[in-house]
Amino acid sequence: MLFYLFAALATISGAYMVLTRNLLYAAFALLLTLLSIAGIFVMLFADFVAVVQLMVYVGGVLVLILFGIMLSTRVKDKSVMSQNVNKSWGSMVAGVVLVGLCYTILQTDYATLPWIEAASTDVLGEQKSTVQAIGVKLMTDVVLPFEIASLLLLIALMGSAYIATDKQTKL
Amino acid sequence: MALLAFVITISLMLVVVIVVVYAERKVAAFMQDRLGPTEAGPYGTLQPLLDVLKLLQKEDIIPAAADKKLFAVAPILIFAAVFAGFAVIPLSPTLVPAGVGIGVFYLLAIISLDVIGLLMAGWGSNNKYAMLGAMRSVAQIVSYEIPAGLALLSVVMICQSLDFQEISYQQGVLMNAFPGLEQEQNWLFGIRSLGFETTTVGGLTTWNIFRAPVLLVAFIVYFIASLAECNRAPFDIPEAESELVAGFHVEYSGFRFATFFLAEYAMMVLVCLVAVILFLGSWNTPLPNIGPIALANWTTGAPGGIASVVWGGFWLISKTLVLLFVQLWARWTYPRLRVDQLMHLCWKVLTPISIGLVLLAGLWRLLMI
Repeated sequence: MLFYLFAALATISGAYMVLTRNLLYAAFALLLTLLSIAGIFVMLFADFVAVVQLMVYVGGVLVLILFGIMLSTRVKDKSVMSQNVNKSWGSMVAGVVLVGLCYTILQTDYATLPWIEAASTDVLGEQKSTVQAIGVKLMTDVVLPFEIASLLLLIALMGSAYIATDKQTKL
Repeated sequence: MALLAFVITISLMLVVVIVVVYAERKVAAFMQDRLGPTEAGPYGTLQPLLDVLKLLQKEDIIPAAADKKLFAVAPILIFAAVFAGFAVIPLSPTLVPAGVGIGVFYLLAIISLDVIGLLMAGWGSNNKYAMLGAMRSVAQIVSYEIPAGLALLSVVMICQSLDFQEISYQQGVLMNAFPGLEQEQNWLFGIRSLGFETTTVGGLTTWNIFRAPVLLVAFIVYFIASLAECNRAPFDIPEAESELVAGFHVEYSGFRFATFFLAEYAMMVLVCLVAVILFLGSWNTPLPNIGPIALANWTTGAPGGIASVVWGGFWLISKTLVLLFVQLWARWTYPRLRVDQLMHLCWKVLTPISIGLVLLAGLWRLLMI
């Protein structure tokens, strides 16, 4: 029941985000979408992912988007409007994705999937959250991708620091 | 149980906020050698209630040029974000509204929702002062989340848990009563080789700032950063009355302004609660067991009983009120920082210290086992 509420919220706000012309409203609709997706994550016992979603996307990405919109507009009392380009290509790609997804969903036989059967029981079992399992996995099975990702982030950090430095011109 | 916790939390929050509003006036008056409110009720204690009544009776003005939808939603969003943070705060050994396993992380994430509400209010008001105030406020909160988050991370590394209730249990005599911690032991200053076990002593000796003295520095870093996160003086440049009128809520009046006001004070209470829970022993008593004089046991009560709920609530609230007093004290003692000083303090002082603290906390944890 709760799932349908979150799913409906996510769909409606997502549709609003795509359809509205006002960029700022689109950003706030994105907030609602991200929140309801976080709710769906919680219902799938992925509490850590849900909070990461809030932390990274709402607390970081969305704030940056809003900052960008607010700093670059509203000079002459007019909100920024987005424009439609590539209508035919866009709708074609979207249509292909829709058909593909529908096809896969209809092909799947849900009743026999093992994780669906297991979902009725308590997935977490003894543990209270998924954090410990994720931490152990990160340090053992997937340590290489983890280190590469951190290296990438470090490079991005250094790059942004370099771009932002005040380049002093020689007098 | 959840409903009961909800009602208790919201009423407790309202009571504490009212007390703080009154204390703010009285403390300010004392620091400035004035009397403060004296007329309404004994010693002016009815003043905050009258303030609220006055606010509620005011006309609700929405500026003609404002973005009406955003203008209306912003106060609700800000208050909802702050109040959602209270959901994971344990009030006593058995009373916690939502005992989620990743409470600390959740709290950090939900507080960042507050920023969106501030931007909404600043933009929706369609006012230059409001916009500037919102920008400053968001820049400040986003920056200070980093030292605050790292200070909390060092606590998490010492305690090996993200659950507020588990961290609370670790800091007192009831530690072995928590499922999963039956075999744990506390040592004086967290150094096992000193050979002085404090598991049954409890009190001050098991508070996090004494369990691992590095956390004393983390506590100070967190407290400074939390002042900035709730836009309190000396970091109140978003509201800076003398330059920005009142910052992001300059256009608000009546009930909507009251909501902002409530959210700001609730935020103060929330960050102080978090500081108390993570550093100052949560709902545990400060009195240790000294030999046969079991002060800690007497002032804790058996877990599950009504005595433990009362004692737990009492210690938690009184410690929080002490921290809130320090916040007011700082407000009326220090002048406001400039924007560049603010950023200097955050990025060049607090952030390096807190990164070092995370490393130290990891090393300290090795001494504890």
